[in-house]
Amino acid sequence: MEAAVALAYQSEWAFVLAATIRVAGDIDVAEECVQDAFSKALIMWPKVGVPAKPGAWLTTVARRRAIDVLRRQSTHDRLLTDVVYKDDEAKEIVGNDSLIADDRLRLIFTCCHPSLSIETQVALTLRLLCGLTTAEVARAFLVSESTMAARLTRAKKKIKTSNIPYRVPTETDLPERIEAVLSVVHLVFTTGHTAPTGVDLMRRDLVERALELARMLRVLLNDDAGVAGLLALILLTDARHKTRTGPDGSLLLLSEQDRNQWDAKAISEGIDLVHEALRQSPAGRFALMAAVSAVHAESPSWQETDWTQIIALYDLLLVSWPSPVVALNRAVAVGIARGPEAGLEALAQLVPESQLSDYNYLASARADFLRQLDRRDEARAAYLEALTQCENEVERAFLERRVAELDQ
Amino acid sequence: MSEYLVLIYENEASWANANGETAGKMMAEHESFGQNNASKLRGGNALHPTSSATSLRRDASGKLLITDGAFAETKEALGGYYVIEAADLDEAIAIAGQVPAAFGGVEVRPIRVFD
Repeated sequence: MEAAVALAYQSEWAFVLAATIRVAGDIDVAEECVQDAFSKALIMWPKVGVPAKPGAWLTTVARRRAIDVLRRQSTHDRLLTDVVYKDDEAKEIVGNDSLIADDRLRLIFTCCHPSLSIETQVALTLRLLCGLTTAEVARAFLVSESTMAARLTRAKKKIKTSNIPYRVPTETDLPERIEAVLSVVHLVFTTGHTAPTGVDLMRRDLVERALELARMLRVLLNDDAGVAGLLALILLTDARHKTRTGPDGSLLLLSEQDRNQWDAKAISEGIDLVHEALRQSPAGRFALMAAVSAVHAESPSWQETDWTQIIALYDLLLVSWPSPVVALNRAVAVGIARGPEAGLEALAQLVPESQLSDYNYLASARADFLRQLDRRDEARAAYLEALTQCENEVERAFLERRVAELDQ
Repeated sequence: MSEYLVLIYENEASWANANGETAGKMMAEHESFGQNNASKLRGGNALHPTSSATSLRRDASGKLLITDGAFAETKEALGGYYVIEAADLDEAIAIAGQVPAAFGGVEVRPIRVFD
């Protein structure tokens, strides 16, 4: 029974919370009411059985509780009228799946409002849409629980006092706002895919949350090319996750991974989505990034990889998103396709970019090309530079091994 | 409906160096802004530069300290404000985004209501 409630918690949390916020008009009140509803489920379901639609059951209970709370808090007739109106809404909404789905959209657009800092957007999304506890969100950001609790409280306060509306943005604003949501989900994914610090290469929990969010967006914004592109990117990149580390936990490069162990089903789904996403012109950045991933996924081996196509995709990406990270990835592709000298030349054009100076992949890319050219001293210096900037244990071990190999 | 204060922050040196044409253009833009958003405006004023400001603080003994200039030294200085009414932050941003602020930008702050 507890398993049933736990399962409902995982899959229905956002659903129920989003719907309850609309009635409560207040995120904190809604959160409490939703917790109450889940507690009630633990008591009631053993007696009445697990309902056919757990989400609807929980939503009804949470919303009723919210109305109770509002009635008790309110002393103005005007507010009571609003509450009564919302109660009627509640009766029709529970039966209407699409309206409930809209609430999750409302919620994610609120969490990812541009007036909130990016870290706040990510924290709110993880807490309110993924149902992570405050402690779990704190761990994702590597801060203390009390720091994260304060951050979330401030964020919810800002939403309230500055009156950030609980709705799907207007048509004019929608493209930009969707882009903001996609960036947040992408950030959750990349943080999980290669954890910036810590003992493991990946944080599966964050990757899974990102995938859930991307799937949710795909259902709710079914014809959006950006959403299709992001889901494709996550599926195609994550298809490789079993092969990114060897049995001893060491880092395996793309060239070393056993492609038979890649998730064929995820790749197939990802490729379909890429084709769909690329139909939008000009192509969106997630579609293009996913396309690069697709080139790797479709290539039976490292040696057969179509680097020319990859470089072309990065060229397209740079036109609309001249990001130094994209330029770095392109330079690496150039080095692989045309040789390490060409790679170093491409990298040399990037060095002045201050944004990259802390990004250890620049130094390690340079180190690798130098290593291939047998310029040992320079390579060692570059690897050591990368090590000063790298905090992930698995990546550090890889870099240290390279240094050791140079000294042999 | 909520009220928001739209604070205009601009680089004063740029303003001082602006010629009459630029200043005239800015005035016209503020007038247009006012006309286009008349129903949402609840007030607004241009301020004299920070060189005309006087700041007041109390020291540890409670004595009033009077100093010349703005309260806080900032790169961009407060040059004016509007009070607007908007249904929510999105609407406030849409209105505030139209406020002319060639040498800086604007801050949108919700006005606090005490029951």
